[in-house]
Amino acid sequence: MAEATGIEIKNLYKIFGPNGKEMVRKVKEGMSKTELNEKFNHVLGLNNINISMPGGKIEVVMGLSGSGKSTLIRHINRLIDPTDGEVLYGNEDVCKMSQDELREFRRHKTAMVFQKFALLPHRTVMKNTVYGLEIQGVPMKEAEERAARWIARVGLEGFEDHYPNQLSGGMQQRVGLARALTNDADILLMDEAFSALDPLIRMDMQTVLLDLQEELHKTIVFITHDLDEALRLGDKIAILRDGAVIQQGSGQDIVLNPADAYIADFVKEVNRGRVILVETVMDKSKTVEGGLTIESGIMLEEAAKTFAETGEGEACVVNGDGKPVGVLNVQDTISAMVTPASH
Amino acid sequence: MCGLFIWGKTIGTTQMDWIEFPSLSRGTLLTIKKTIDGSFKEFTRAYGDIIDKMFDPLQDFLIFLEQLLINSPWPIVLAAFAVIIFLLSRKVSIVIGTVVALVLIGVFGLWEDTMRTVAMVTVCTMLAIVLGIPIGILMARSDRVQRMVNPVLDLMQTMPSFVYLIPVVMIFGIGKVPGLIAVVIYAIPPMIRLTNLGIRLVDQDVLEAADAFGSNARQKLMNVQLPLALPTIMAGINQCIMMSLSMVVVASMIGVKGLGQEVLNAINNQYLTAGMLSGLSIVSIAIIFDRATQAYGKRLQKHSEVVHG
Repeated sequence: MAEATGIEIKNLYKIFGPNGKEMVRKVKEGMSKTELNEKFNHVLGLNNINISMPGGKIEVVMGLSGSGKSTLIRHINRLIDPTDGEVLYGNEDVCKMSQDELREFRRHKTAMVFQKFALLPHRTVMKNTVYGLEIQGVPMKEAEERAARWIARVGLEGFEDHYPNQLSGGMQQRVGLARALTNDADILLMDEAFSALDPLIRMDMQTVLLDLQEELHKTIVFITHDLDEALRLGDKIAILRDGAVIQQGSGQDIVLNPADAYIADFVKEVNRGRVILVETVMDKSKTVEGGLTIESGIMLEEAAKTFAETGEGEACVVNGDGKPVGVLNVQDTISAMVTPASH
Repeated sequence: MCGLFIWGKTIGTTQMDWIEFPSLSRGTLLTIKKTIDGSFKEFTRAYGDIIDKMFDPLQDFLIFLEQLLINSPWPIVLAAFAVIIFLLSRKVSIVIGTVVALVLIGVFGLWEDTMRTVAMVTVCTMLAIVLGIPIGILMARSDRVQRMVNPVLDLMQTMPSFVYLIPVVMIFGIGKVPGLIAVVIYAIPPMIRLTNLGIRLVDQDVLEAADAFGSNARQKLMNVQLPLALPTIMAGINQCIMMSLSMVVVASMIGVKGLGQEVLNAINNQYLTAGMLSGLSIVSIAIIFDRATQAYGKRLQKHSEVVHG
């Protein structure tokens, strides 16, 4: 499979109200969301969003309800029309496509998974899964063969003839995922896809998604309000508040350097051991020969486990080629895991 | 403007006493009525035949169906009813009820009248579905169409049926077609309203998903909106049948033969038993149609009955 193309979102504004275009100017001049709402009765949905979503990676957009994250993901396949700005996929601007081009783009380049599953209740699992291909006009026999593969891949073999109503929430969302994957699109849009599931099933689905991504390398945009989920899935994370991006970066960046008090508050409860990499904490100035070695790129929690199992107090961190790059000791590992790192 | 002027003049010439409402003078009203009646009569003279001709295929079909039901041997018709009802409902109890009811109708000598009524109601319902569903779809698509059609439907439902029988009879004379039109006017509003409502109530999330996968308007209608609106549309068809049946009595006043005519005859001559028998025949047909269509509608929705857990 060719390397997936990324998505560039540039200076994107969305203002809900009859006179959005004009209001954009006011917002660009610095009018706040509250002022816009009180004086002009327009709602600022998205405020100057700039995100570069790398191809073949999982980009998580995180925010609480009302932060604009669901509005943002709907701009990528233009279920919502922007007021101003660009959404670039390769050289194409999604915002400038005609209705026909847009339909083709949605059919072949994107697939979407929804928070409330949005399955067709009168269709069986199989008929739901082939939906995207049916719309594209793929012959039914071929479509069903392709769908059967994905139904099996998400673990629903044997349920092809069941109706959505007969399945549990977790299984219904597997159908939603199979339906999206069967489309074989570059971009997978997941709008709070796992938020309606209970915690164990959610973990389970996250694992399914990560396993799939390991072989598929799609450009995934994942919306969530759950920081743990964001940190587990996201190659890159953008945090949204009141329609604006307030921080973006890797999970570790966000946990170690929260941009403001709001995010700091958010990350307080996070299990740091699962987010911080060993090379962040190790002493890069020295190396040791022999003894325990730990590979770089693993999380602190795993390193701590190695320390606990071996009883050693110090380990040499080696890179992929086996070359030592630094030293990690138990003391630093534990303090990085329990206290907010001071910078 | 003109009306207002006449009104002003009328008030000017009479003493205002605030008890009697200042209405148009009798002469003015008579002129208005005469002008409208006259021009409509001219219209019917000029175009009546053409309009009448346009409905010929419908009349032919109605006569064909009626003759088929009346002239076929009754055991075959009875068996056909049983089979159709079974195919719709898949319930033996409803089939047994149908057969018993039809046999009783036959025994009491109302077989032919009942067949005429069944033919009439069938054609009316088909016509109402063919016209009503597309109008309902248009209404669901556009708020403007909805705003325009709604008052028309209100008018059709509340206007006393005798009133719109007048122009219909003026154009078509007395017979099957005017009866058909009168029944359809009366029975189509629930069909249109419930189609519109059903489509408008379709879950927005599912529609959004259809959009996200690149459905065009037709695909959205056929794959999502109509199937999900089907229970409501079926309720519309059911209502439509029931209203057609109740309207056949009124339609008998303009020459529609069948059970309605028997009822009318019974009213005119104070035949209590005859009236009761015809009335009960209408009721039993109504119940048969109702149970069969409802069971069919339910069968179409079997996916929503099986629930997880």
